[in-house]
Amino acid sequence: MSQVMLRDSANETPRQAPLRFVRKLAPFVGLFGLACLLPLTDNAYFGLIIGRAAVYWVLVSGLNLVVGFAGQIAIGWGVALLALGAYVTSVLTAGTAFAPVSPYLALAAAGVIGAIASVIIGLPALRLRAFYFAVTTIGFATIVTQIAMAWQSVTGGGIGVVGPTFGGVFSTTWGFYYFCLAAAALCTWLSANIGSSRFGRALLAIRDAEVAAEASGISKPVMLTLIFLFAGAVGGVSGGLFASLQTYITPDAFTIDLSILFFIAILIGGRGSIIGPLFSTVLLTLLPEVAAPLAAWATFLYAALLLAIVLLVPGGFANLFDFKSRKPLETGRIIRPNEEILPGLLSAAKARGPIDIENVVLSFGGVRAIDGLSLAITPGEVHGLIGPNGSGKTTVLNAISGYYRPDSGTVRLHGAALPSGAPQTRAGIGIARTFQNPRIVGEASVLANVMIGGTVLGKSTFIETVLSLGRYRREERELRERAMLALAAVGLERLADVRTDRLQHSELRFLEIARALMLDPAFLLLDEPAAGLAGDEIQLLGALITAISRTGVGVLLIEHHTDLVFDICEQVTVLNLGRTLAKGTPAEIMAHQDVIDAYLGG
Amino acid sequence: MIESIISYGLAMGAAYALIAVAYNVMFSTSRVFSFTAGALGMLGGVCGALFIDRLGLPGVVGLLATLAFCAVVGVVTEFVAVRPVLRSLDQHLYVLSTLALCLMIQQFTAIEWSTVPQPFPQLIPVDLLGIRERFWMPVVACVLVVGGLELLYRHSMIGRAFLAIAEDNFAARALGLPERGLRVASYALAGAIGGLAGFASGGIMLAFFANVSPFNFYGFIPVALGSIGNNRGAIVAGIALGLFQQAANFLVGGVFSSVAVFSVFIVALLIVPQGLFGAPPARRV
Repeated sequence: MSQVMLRDSANETPRQAPLRFVRKLAPFVGLFGLACLLPLTDNAYFGLIIGRAAVYWVLVSGLNLVVGFAGQIAIGWGVALLALGAYVTSVLTAGTAFAPVSPYLALAAAGVIGAIASVIIGLPALRLRAFYFAVTTIGFATIVTQIAMAWQSVTGGGIGVVGPTFGGVFSTTWGFYYFCLAAAALCTWLSANIGSSRFGRALLAIRDAEVAAEASGISKPVMLTLIFLFAGAVGGVSGGLFASLQTYITPDAFTIDLSILFFIAILIGGRGSIIGPLFSTVLLTLLPEVAAPLAAWATFLYAALLLAIVLLVPGGFANLFDFKSRKPLETGRIIRPNEEILPGLLSAAKARGPIDIENVVLSFGGVRAIDGLSLAITPGEVHGLIGPNGSGKTTVLNAISGYYRPDSGTVRLHGAALPSGAPQTRAGIGIARTFQNPRIVGEASVLANVMIGGTVLGKSTFIETVLSLGRYRREERELRERAMLALAAVGLERLADVRTDRLQHSELRFLEIARALMLDPAFLLLDEPAAGLAGDEIQLLGALITAISRTGVGVLLIEHHTDLVFDICEQVTVLNLGRTLAKGTPAEIMAHQDVIDAYLGG
Repeated sequence: MIESIISYGLAMGAAYALIAVAYNVMFSTSRVFSFTAGALGMLGGVCGALFIDRLGLPGVVGLLATLAFCAVVGVVTEFVAVRPVLRSLDQHLYVLSTLALCLMIQQFTAIEWSTVPQPFPQLIPVDLLGIRERFWMPVVACVLVVGGLELLYRHSMIGRAFLAIAEDNFAARALGLPERGLRVASYALAGAIGGLAGFASGGIMLAFFANVSPFNFYGFIPVALGSIGNNRGAIVAGIALGLFQQAANFLVGGVFSSVAVFSVFIVALLIVPQGLFGAPPARRV
C-alpha cells in the first residue's frame, strides 16, 4: 500500500509533523522560559513560591501517571512521599542517624527509598477496591508523619530537623531556584516520555478498559509496579528539594491538605494530560499567595474546588480547551474496509495447529454454563458459535482467553494446554479477541486505542522509554505505522486522530478488530461483532472476516446474525444450555431439526 | 490497666462499630462509601457540646437536636456529593466528592467552632453497674442502634424495601420501589447513626474538629474486616479493633499503637480483601 495515502488520511504530511511537535512543545517552553526569567525581577519571595511550584511539580509529574493515567485514587500517597523524601534527605545530611553524607547522595537515597515505599503504598491497589485503597494511602500518610513525630532522636520530633543545603552555585537562593527548575524540566520530559509511550497507553487501558488491557497482554501488576517505582523516585527527590527549600521541616508541614492540592492539580489539569496538571500545579501553588486574606480558609477552598471539579468538569481543563474535539465530525460516515492491506499486516501461516477445546465444563455456583463442550478452531477457517441467549457462547470465549478456569476439560493450542486464569498471556501467543460491549479508552484517540493492541510487540525496556532512546523511538514509529495500516484495513483511517468516545457504535466494533489485528494474531475471537451494525455494514464485516481468515488466521465467530454465520463459516457449533446441540457445515446445521426447533425456528 | 483497656476498648470499639454501621447504611442503597461518615461522628460530639453546654438545652433535647442536625448533614451528602456521581460509579469519583465535602465540614468546624478540643457535657451523673457514663453510653447506643436496625430490616415494610434495594437496585426499581426516596432516607438514617456515635463517645473523644480522621479511619476498619453491609460483622470487628487499639495504646504507646493497628489492618485486608464474614466477589468479564 502506498504510505503517502496512509499519511494523508491521518491528516499529517511529513511537513506537518514537526509543526505539530512544535505546537505541542510551545506551552512547556513558554512556561519554563518565563520561570527562567524570574530572577531578573530579583523578587526573592516570588522565587520561593515558583521554586515551590517546581518542587511540587517534580512530585506531581510522577503522581500524574498514577492518578491521571492509571486511574488509581492514591489520595495520601503524595504527602507520604513528600514527607518521606524530606526526612530521608534531611536526616542523612544532618547526620542524626549516621555520619552526615553529601546532600546529593542524600537526595539520591531519598529517590531510592521513595521508590520502594511507593511500591509498598501502591501495590495494595491490585487487591483492594478503590475506596479501600484510598483509605489505606491516607493511613500511610498519617503513619509517616506520626513516626516523624515520635522518632525524636532522629527526626527531632515536633521540633523538627534542618533541611539540606546544596553547596557551590546551588547555595544561593537563585542558584537553588535553577536547580529546582532543572529538576522540574527533567521530570516533565521523563513523564511525558512515559505518557506518550506504550507504557502510558497501557496505563490508560488499565484505567478505562481493564479487561481489554489484559486481552492485549498488559499485566496490571507489572505496569503498576513500574509506575509506582518511577513516581516514588521522583516523589522522594521532590521531598528532598522541598526540605531544602523550606530550610527546616517539622511533621506539621505534611498535612493531608498538601495531598489534596496535588490531587486537584491533576484533576483540574485533566486526566491523561501532562501540560494540564503542570499549569494547574503552578496556579494552585500561587493561589493562597494572591489570596492571602483567605489563608485560614485555604483548606476549605481547596476542598470546595475539588468538589466543584468532580461535579462540574470531571474531564479537567485539558478537556475544556480541547477545541478540536468540539468540531462536528463528518456525518454519514461510511466504513470502508480495505482487505488488500491485510497481507501486509498479517504474516501468512503462523499457526502450527488448531485451538482444541475438549470436554470443558464450567459452572457458576450451581449453574453449568458450559457442560462438556468440545470444538476446534482451525487456522484459516471461520468457526461459528451460535445459540440462544444464555447458552454459554461468551463463556466459551472467556475460557479460551483465560478469564475463566474450567472445572474440568482442557483448552489446548497445538497440543499444549493454555494456562487458565491468566488472560494476559494470550496476546503473547497470538490469540486476540473483541468484546460484546466494546472496551475502549474513550478519552484517547482512535490511533492510540489501536496501538494498545500492539503493546506486546514493544521490546524496548522501561528505562529506554523513560529516556526516549533510539530503539524505543523506532519501535514507537513502527507501531504507529502498523496501527495506521490496521485502521486502513478496517476502514477507519480517516478517524485516526479523533477522540474515541465520539465514534459511532458500529465504528467501535471495527476499531476493536483493528486493535486485535495489531498482534498479527494466529487466532481471532470475535464476540458478536455484527451486533448493532446496519445491513450493509454486516456485509462489509463478513468480507473482512473472510479475508482475515484467508491469510491463515483461525477465527471463532460468536453471532446472532445467522445469515452472516452461515455465509462465511466453514464450521458451525450450536450451543444450547451449555451443551452442543449440533455441529457441522452451515448446510448441515440449517437442515438440523433440533437446531430449527431450539434456535432458528421453522 | 486491664480495666482501662477493657472499658476504653469496649467504648471506643462500640463507637467505631457505629460509624461502620453508618458507612454500611449509606453503602446499602447507593453502593458508595462516603468519607462524611467520620465528619458525622465529629459533628455528633461538637453538636452535643454546642447544644447542651453553649446553648444550655436539656440533655435529651440536645441529643435529639444533634441527631436531627446530623441527619440533615447526611441528606446534604446525598444531594451534593453522591447523587451527581452515581452515574459514573466505575470512575470512583465519589471517593473524591465525599472526601471534599468531609474536608469542608471539618475545616468549617475548625474555624467556626474551635481548633482545640472542647469538653463534652456529662448528661447523667449515674454509674451503670458501677461503670461511668462515658464508658457505658457508646455500648448502649451501639446495642440500641443495631437492635433497632435488625427490627427495622426484618419487621417493617420500609426495612424490607431497604434490603431489596441493597440486594438488587434494578430489580427493586422495576418493582416500583421509590429508590431515590429510600436512598435519601438511608442517608438521613446514617447521618443520625454517625452523629449518635460521636455524641455517645463525646465523653472520651471530646468535641474536637480533628476527630474526623480517626472516626473515618477506625470506623472504616470494621466495615472492611467485618465485610461490607454486614452490621453484625462490623460490631465484632469494631469491638475487636477497640480492644486491640487500647491494648496497644497502653502497652506500647500512642504512635506505635496506630502503626500496629494499621499494619494488622493492611495485612488482614490483603489476605481477605472481602473481609472476614463475606464471600469473594465473582469476576464479571
